[in-house]
Amino acid sequence: MFDLVKRLTDVFGTSGNEEDIRALITEEIKGKVDDIYTDALGNLIAVKKGSGKKIMMAAHMDEIGIMATYVDDKGFIRFSSLGWVSQYFALGQKVRFKNGTTGAVFYEEKLDDMKDLKLSRMYIDIGAKNREEAEKKVKIGDTACFVGDAVQAGDMIISKALDNRSGCAVLIKAIQNLPPTDNELYFVFTVQEELGLRGARTAAYQLQPDMAIAIDVTDTGDMPECHTMAVKCGAGPAIKIKDSSVICHPEVKRLLEETAKEVGIPYQLEILEHGGTDAGAIHTSVGGVPTGAISIPCRYLHSPVETASISDMENAVKLLVQVIGK
Amino acid sequence: MLLKELTEKNGVSGNEHEVREFIKKEAEKLNTEIRTDSAGNLIVLKKGRNPRYKVMLSAHMDEVGFIVTGYGEYGTIKFSPVGGIDPRILLGKKVVVGEKKIPGVIGCKPVHMQDRDERGSNVKINNMYIDIGAEKKEEAEKLAPLGEYIAFSAEYVEFGEDRIKAKALDDRAGCAVLLDALKYDYDFDLYACFTTQEEVGLRGAKVAAYTVEPDVALVIEGTTCSDVPGVEKYEHSTTLGKGAALTIMDRTTYVDKNLVNYIYNLARENNIDVQFKNTTTGGNDAGAIHQSRSGVKVASISVPCRYIHSPVSVMSRKDFESVKSLTKLVLSKFSENQDVICAIKEGRLLC
Repeated sequence: MFDLVKRLTDVFGTSGNEEDIRALITEEIKGKVDDIYTDALGNLIAVKKGSGKKIMMAAHMDEIGIMATYVDDKGFIRFSSLGWVSQYFALGQKVRFKNGTTGAVFYEEKLDDMKDLKLSRMYIDIGAKNREEAEKKVKIGDTACFVGDAVQAGDMIISKALDNRSGCAVLIKAIQNLPPTDNELYFVFTVQEELGLRGARTAAYQLQPDMAIAIDVTDTGDMPECHTMAVKCGAGPAIKIKDSSVICHPEVKRLLEETAKEVGIPYQLEILEHGGTDAGAIHTSVGGVPTGAISIPCRYLHSPVETASISDMENAVKLLVQVIGK
Repeated sequence: MLLKELTEKNGVSGNEHEVREFIKKEAEKLNTEIRTDSAGNLIVLKKGRNPRYKVMLSAHMDEVGFIVTGYGEYGTIKFSPVGGIDPRILLGKKVVVGEKKIPGVIGCKPVHMQDRDERGSNVKINNMYIDIGAEKKEEAEKLAPLGEYIAFSAEYVEFGEDRIKAKALDDRAGCAVLLDALKYDYDFDLYACFTTQEEVGLRGAKVAAYTVEPDVALVIEGTTCSDVPGVEKYEHSTTLGKGAALTIMDRTTYVDKNLVNYIYNLARENNIDVQFKNTTTGGNDAGAIHQSRSGVKVASISVPCRYIHSPVSVMSRKDFESVKSLTKLVLSKFSENQDVICAIKEGRLLC
């Protein structure tokens, strides 16, 4: 599992720029499904044909990042965020553009109070001497992801983009371990989740599934002096009850819970106060889709040091595979 | 002049009929099929000569304005904004109320009657009123019933070398570009959608895109322009006079990269002034269109407008002409070879 997650998190794939991650995922699942295609917004859809129920499983493949908006005379780059990026998390980090250009993220030192720090008062230094040299490497509209190579620490992985490459890894592993089933399965690696669940919305419209399960990361409450949340790393995948985008369908939630109990997979229940997931867009699609979600508990979300448990990911695969086979 | 006539019509979001009727009359002269849908969108179809694809153009008819919400003492009117308006620009502005276009002015308590705190802070809309010359509440109620729409009153003025000042350039400028595009014939089916309620949440476009089911869509807009004193260069969203502005990303859309690069390169090759919008704030109909049904490839071409959402929006005629020429050029390229539309649709067009 670590090797797969490392491969997936290494690859560039900011929201709206999912070409490379899409290519890698395609490689991983080639030959294991009946059809693989890319739709208008760039969602990667893998189909396992069947005559039974249409089940959609969605994991977003995009990651947060930044977009270059202006290059000044001295070659420093101003930027906007792609998805929610904390100015405090970004400070002092490295970012990497698609062409490999790496830059340091820093801030205008004139700032009186760190509380006033904003992304608009920060810049990226790519080591260019002037505008001309910078523009050879980075153009306005180019995007960069944070640098945060995956490392294993006990049962945990520390990496950028575990949100949501860990979900992608779960879907890929499920595809590689498909149980016999009559159901028609759609494995959807969605785009632009971090910008507003955009890929999942159009994918759900075209597939019109009978049931859907989103696989994404969720927040935890198991760090020192942190907010209260009854989800922790290493206690099993979380079965979502609700977040700001969805109240999961009770039947789907029950199916997930009962399956976990039957097979003896550890699980926990998740109520996420702030934040949403692809399930939010899918469940209101067309005439409505009964939708649930399996979440990988993950600390320090949207930072380059997202931290999540390998056994939680592996148990999420087991749970998903069991549910598919039902 | 078309733009003058368009900006002098009133069409606060949800009340676009005056603009719609005007555009309809213009479109009728252009050999088109016209319908108004349930959301009030005017959908004008220019049938293609050999249509394999549907191209949607979108420009919204509505403008920001106000609505009557109540009455104050001495025959004054209380009001709420419709769409995003900075309250600080309102005092002393002229408005017209309702279908009869009753003139009014926006006022508040005189400065010498305000206490120190009030003087030091911005007047809230709650503490403003509209004076329509009524003496009593009953009279005001009769002249301006609850829910009556209120629009800015502003003249179209040309000034400087190539500047135009008017209200509602956002997005009557786009409407004018669409009417221009409808003059020509194409191989594909062109759906020019004059949409409603953009300023209150891209509502008309959502419905129109669902109906039309386009293969590719272009949104023609009036967008922000912040190249003014007090704003750092890196925060200039667009620059007046530097040409048609192409959006890469805003709050509602990450536009199709292939399509925007294609349009940018076309502009450069044909000496049409073009710039990228440098900020990622704001949003427009593209947000609703690209999320329609199974997803639609979309790009936005905009006219930079200073002081947008005010009665004194300012644009450059040259920029407007650039947007017009660029739109025309893109459509003619689509028409010459509909495979281009196919390539954009399938994401195969590499620039």
